[in-house]
Amino acid sequence: MITNRKHLLGLEGMTSEEITRLLDTAESFKEVSERPVKKVPALRGTTIANLFFEASTRTRISFELAEKRLSADSVNFTVSGSSVSKGETLRDTAENIQAMKVDMIVIRHSAAGAPHFLASLLEASVVNAGDGAHEHPTQGLLDMFTLRERWGNFDDKKVVIVGDLAHSRVARSNIHGLVTMGVEVVVCGPPTLIPIDIERLGVSVETDLRKALEDADAVNVLRIQKERQAAGLFPSIDEYARVWGVNSRVLERAKPDCVVMHPGPMNRGVEIAHDVADGERSVILDQVTNGVAVRMAVLYLCSGGAAIESTEETEAAEAKAAKGKQVA
Amino acid sequence: MMLKLANLNHTSYLIDNVTIVDPAKNTMYAGHVAVVDGKIDAVERGRAKEASLPIYDGGGLHLAPGFIDIHVHLREPGYEYKETVASGTLAAVAGGFTAVACMPNTNPAIDDPSVVEFILKQAKIAGRARVYPIAAATKGRKGEILSEYHELVAAGAVAITDDGSPVASAEMARRVMEYAAPLGIPFIEHCEDMAASGAGVMHEGFYSTKLGLKGIPAHSEEVCLSRDLLILKSVRGAKFHAAHMSTKGSIQLIKRAKEDGLPVTAETAPHYLCLEDKDLVGYDTNLKINPPLRGADDREAMIEAIKDGTIDCVASDHAPHAAHEKQVEFNAAPNGSVGLETMFPLLVTHLVKPGHLTLPQTLALITHKAAQCLGVPGGTLARGVPADLVLFDPAETWTVSAASLHSKSRNSAFLGHALTGRVKHTLVDGVNVIPAKVGV
Repeated sequence: MITNRKHLLGLEGMTSEEITRLLDTAESFKEVSERPVKKVPALRGTTIANLFFEASTRTRISFELAEKRLSADSVNFTVSGSSVSKGETLRDTAENIQAMKVDMIVIRHSAAGAPHFLASLLEASVVNAGDGAHEHPTQGLLDMFTLRERWGNFDDKKVVIVGDLAHSRVARSNIHGLVTMGVEVVVCGPPTLIPIDIERLGVSVETDLRKALEDADAVNVLRIQKERQAAGLFPSIDEYARVWGVNSRVLERAKPDCVVMHPGPMNRGVEIAHDVADGERSVILDQVTNGVAVRMAVLYLCSGGAAIESTEETEAAEAKAAKGKQVA
Repeated sequence: MMLKLANLNHTSYLIDNVTIVDPAKNTMYAGHVAVVDGKIDAVERGRAKEASLPIYDGGGLHLAPGFIDIHVHLREPGYEYKETVASGTLAAVAGGFTAVACMPNTNPAIDDPSVVEFILKQAKIAGRARVYPIAAATKGRKGEILSEYHELVAAGAVAITDDGSPVASAEMARRVMEYAAPLGIPFIEHCEDMAASGAGVMHEGFYSTKLGLKGIPAHSEEVCLSRDLLILKSVRGAKFHAAHMSTKGSIQLIKRAKEDGLPVTAETAPHYLCLEDKDLVGYDTNLKINPPLRGADDREAMIEAIKDGTIDCVASDHAPHAAHEKQVEFNAAPNGSVGLETMFPLLVTHLVKPGHLTLPQTLALITHKAAQCLGVPGGTLARGVPADLVLFDPAETWTVSAASLHSKSRNSAFLGHALTGRVKHTLVDGVNVIPAKVGV
């Protein structure tokens, strides 16, 4: 059996069994959100603090809904700007919150490693809701959940991640998770936004989007931050949109059933064309729906909950594969 | 009956029953030392015979010239909550160092003779290690106006640098070298191209990509070093010392410059010999250092450069920071690790034990060779020099902990490391300067 994790700091180092178990558990929780009464008592009596040191709308709401649907008691702590500029250190903030007997902490922070720092200091479970350019593990899991829902499994698939790889935590979590599940991952973007030695994470680099998309089963379009242009990393938004923007013409290179994902919020007309964002291939809203289920599974398992999947793993996997095919 | 060294209370005496390590002569042998009026009078093979002087028992320990660390941040004046001249020199003698050179990134910077005099006075009051102040190359370390080198040297400064920052412009670097040349003092450069480093917090490579931390490329150091070496070619009489070298590319540049006969010396720090960027997995802020811990290739190149002499000496870059400053997000933490008390055992553990160098060759890096880089005396067992001595056990293994350190700050990159080699007694001018109640 796989031991429970106390923290979810990243997808790096997670085994395919662990990822499968998380996705299976999320599948069970997804059904809860479809009910008229969207609530289970799984985390009744558990207190969760959502510490958001960086602006976020959908991730924060998604975690909040996941917590409420698990019957946990949750509080939100939102600070704009870093803890340093506010005067109180991250350590003091976290220790104060722990002193109020909080069981779990969900943290979003602009500094890579901030969740690791808390995990080393606190007794509480720590769930990383995005740390700097490091990882965003629940986003990685919800992207994989969405893909598995479409595909049934991860066999013989190719995923292209396009955009600002250098500053993207979404990209890193996707890469760790997908590579572990045996998916071929190609990253694409301006060379100035591809970090050094990224190949060693098990991906290939292709700066030409048309070539990258050749026979792709899915493309994950990353948000381009306008401040990267101001920092001199690419010349203009217009040129970016022309060369690396995902539109229906360039998607002709991909497989006909190629799925289009975006972690949001989208810059329509920049990294993704309107018609693609709203088109048949888009699973962008499915990602958002699935985010709640995945976060329910993460919180549940990190709180010490037993895996919901039965021990007949083979049977269950086969059943799911069959179900997945029907959906696809 | 022999006396105990812990109770040393003479100025003229013998230390018997020791293994002499003489790095300047590259020898090691069983012997004894005679100290007369705080100066070395004789170093001889074999046991001491009947003598008129009191005899102290060296207890079979190794005896060597006191170590010299030419790159230390004592933080005083201005940052006394991190370290003071007194606490820093206590850490120094606990680590076997009888002399340290302190860097000018204090507040105010060491850009005025009064600051040099203040530091020397504090060192005298502390009464532990010798302190050699290094003055700021430019006023306030701002890279705009030259400091008054003649005044500073007259007050006791031994070199110039803007360490902590580079002298950013090529024009100013040239003027610094020109103006310092007639004084015979070295210009010590902190080689870094600030634009290339940008907001970087660790070495740029696979691990910065993996950890999502902004990288500092190797060429940030190399661009500045190569610029200075080009300038050095055209400035007659200048002496140049490259501080804390960390990359393979820098080693190639230094090697080439030495082959061309340029007056260049170079130092590295122990952490570049035994830690790498991959050790930052886990985001331990005690390992956040500038220049950053580099890749495996760089580390291996640094060991080779020590073996072939491209690197002249090792200095700790002892950089104390208070606990609350390091217990923050990785991006927000200040750079640096304390190093005075771990340098000697790190060199034994990572150079002597694997067989890269012998013990005398290793100690040369922190004795006479270090002194030569800075142009200060010390580091030898020559007759008539001050009896600055260290006695150590090269085989004792100990584990570095916050409690084992004497510096005011405990931000060591080596907490938890099991190291071999431990200093037992440190003598300056023949006087035991490790207080008994502190011990080591």
